[in-house]
Amino acid sequence: MCLAVPVKVEQLLEHDQAIVELSGVKTTISLALVEDIQIGDYVILHVGYALNKLDPEEAEATLKLFALNDTP
Amino acid sequence: MKYISEFRDGELAKNLSKKIALAANTNREYRLMEFCGGHTHTIFRYGIPDLLPANVRMLHGPGCPVCVLPMKRIDAAIELALRPNTILCSYGDMLRVPGTEKMSLLKAKSQGADVRMIYSPADCLKIAQDEPGKQVIFFAVGFETTTPPTAVIIEQALQLKLKNLFIFCNHVLTPPAITGILEPAKQANKKVLDGLIGPGHVSVVTGSAPYDVIAEKYQVPITISGFEPLDILQSILLLVKQINQGSYLVENQYTRAVSAEGNMKAQTLMSEYFELRDKFEWRGLGEMPLSAIQIKPAFKHLDAERCFPITQKTSTDNKACECPAVLTGQKKPTECKLFNNPCTPENPLGSCMVSSEGACAAYYTYRRSDFISSDITSHKEH
Amino acid sequence: MALDLKNGCIEMAHGSGGRAMSELIDQLFLPAFDNEFLQQKNDQALLTLPGYRIVMATDSHVVSPLFFPGGDIGSLSVHGTINDVAMSGAKPLYLSASFILEEGFPLSDLQRIVRSMAKAASECQTPIVTGDTKVVEKGHGDGIYINTTGIGVVPNELTLCPQNIQVGDKVLISGSIGDHGTTILSARQDMDFASELASDSQALHDLVEIMVATCPTIRCMRDPTRGGLAATLNELSQSAHIGMLLDEVHIPVKPSVAATSELLGLDPMYIANEGKLVAVCPADQAELLLTQMRLHPKGLDAAIIGEVIEDSNNFIQLRTAFGGKRVVDWRYADPLPRIC
Repeated sequence: MCLAVPVKVEQLLEHDQAIVELSGVKTTISLALVEDIQIGDYVILHVGYALNKLDPEEAEATLKLFALNDTP
Repeated sequence: MKYISEFRDGELAKNLSKKIALAANTNREYRLMEFCGGHTHTIFRYGIPDLLPANVRMLHGPGCPVCVLPMKRIDAAIELALRPNTILCSYGDMLRVPGTEKMSLLKAKSQGADVRMIYSPADCLKIAQDEPGKQVIFFAVGFETTTPPTAVIIEQALQLKLKNLFIFCNHVLTPPAITGILEPAKQANKKVLDGLIGPGHVSVVTGSAPYDVIAEKYQVPITISGFEPLDILQSILLLVKQINQGSYLVENQYTRAVSAEGNMKAQTLMSEYFELRDKFEWRGLGEMPLSAIQIKPAFKHLDAERCFPITQKTSTDNKACECPAVLTGQKKPTECKLFNNPCTPENPLGSCMVSSEGACAAYYTYRRSDFISSDITSHKEH
Repeated sequence: MALDLKNGCIEMAHGSGGRAMSELIDQLFLPAFDNEFLQQKNDQALLTLPGYRIVMATDSHVVSPLFFPGGDIGSLSVHGTINDVAMSGAKPLYLSASFILEEGFPLSDLQRIVRSMAKAASECQTPIVTGDTKVVEKGHGDGIYINTTGIGVVPNELTLCPQNIQVGDKVLISGSIGDHGTTILSARQDMDFASELASDSQALHDLVEIMVATCPTIRCMRDPTRGGLAATLNELSQSAHIGMLLDEVHIPVKPSVAATSELLGLDPMYIANEGKLVAVCPADQAELLLTQMRLHPKGLDAAIIGEVIEDSNNFIQLRTAFGGKRVVDWRYADPLPRIC
């Protein structure tokens, strides 16, 4: 259950809502399922709700792993 | 697109492809299954099978909650939609899925039912508030990724004291589904799968911990994978390495979004409003205990199943349909007699063809050049 | 009696053929579409055409919402039919326009749409020379439906059709795909996407003129509307009994279209366009044609996206950014946004 997209939090609104942005496209979503979200954070968006915060350090670490030329 | 485009880099893909080829032992086959429809989608969209050595084979799992929903539940949704004074809200995925007698929600709409496509459960709440004179029923489907949002609108409906919003709950659980896929082979004492690409966004909610006991019991390594093509290639590499070592651990590849414990806030909310069903029928996998949830009795005034009469039916899938075998990795889509004849995405006879990520549908849509040539070959042989 | 164009609405009388209809035509349609043909107020237009072959095309428009970034149902109806005529290499000459209006439809909206049509037609030098109006009862229409029919002329030596396509030919697109469809989806009330998305609705006859002049041996052109690029290419391959191999990296997609597609789970290949064309030409002409297209304001993002190959299955195949291949299927119906 699957279609979820990382989006950037641009503005925090009342009632646990936020405006998020992906490549210039903005939409309003609910933050009811997450906590401690700041402007500039990235969240995983699914059916109009943020499911979790994306960890930028882990993202970098994963990208580095892809580029490794380790031997199996 | 940040955190998307970087994970689709063609050069890094080539690097990972090389690493997989180096890691794969030429003396054996690696049969890997991805559970999630989103993973199937990515695999085909980026032509990932072309980047794998011939002895690393992808088998395709249940696809998605759309595929595994029995026709009688779709019939029930259609029945609810055709009620007078009713608005039936549904995600786009469900609108064309045929129930029995080739009916679907879209066809019901053409017969006068007020069926509305929604993008978020929050839309249902708004519709219910905007149309106080109508009964608004939300056709809620999905695994644990999609369940918490339904829980949120249940909470909001209670706070707003809404009297005209109802949930037709078809939420199902992932660990039992994975068990349902692995169990038949264990019973038959056969090994059909060597590794599993585990669900990514479900695990954002559930955490990776629930899969430890499954990996242990069935001795199959599981990698919790992100959805971008590089994530999947990395996950395949991790599985190949584990298989070589003979280990069967749960590894988290999607560390930027998934933790071991998951989203506790979402889990708490789900347990507040939902409880386990004793059993639930899955299309293609049969009846499984404790594999789905329903709304708790305390909130029955929001439960469409308790508030409206629904004709009980028995499911009748085509006897020649090989979905149970395809879903559990025991057969390829092309090994089903009905595949492409007459079972196609426009005329789906079983769960694997019903949604575009079902194993058969994905195969049909994206790889037809493969199977049509083999069709011609086998035709010639006869 | 003067119409209240600001606050008035369509009434059943406006479709009845009597004085009310005459007033609607005189006060709303004629001032916008004004030309020598309509001034004669006949039921038909008498046209003198040069000694060429005549091309005729028709299109009906039912888009919702009626007004969206980059256009409206009016400009769409003019551009759409002009493009259908132009894809044959023809110079569009005249248009007809007929309207089915719902009782209660605001005259101010109608005027806005009609003025938009007049502007589009004037920019293309293709006047609307005849038309019709009917009114249906409230609840029996979607506000407004428009049909436009267009005619044009094509030189005797030019016959563009899929049957001309040969193995080895190149496939070109005039610009980014998916702009119109994603704009329409985003503009719907139940969606909430703010962005710089705009419909690409525009007439392409002037771009076609340059293309045909540059490459007289061009095989075929088509504008990918409903069903997207995927549908159009599949139609061509079926008609021409060939296959195609496309390169995903060369297919232009705007970042905002890509982002909206991600959010909705859609594939730009299947999303409608209203101001783009696909052209197939001999391989040795492709670079020259591309250069000329890119010099034209309506072809700035043109690209060579693939080639024609032999394929008894007539598949459209796509080489992905990863070097893998997939089939671009001919979908049965419009894709729906998905959650999984």
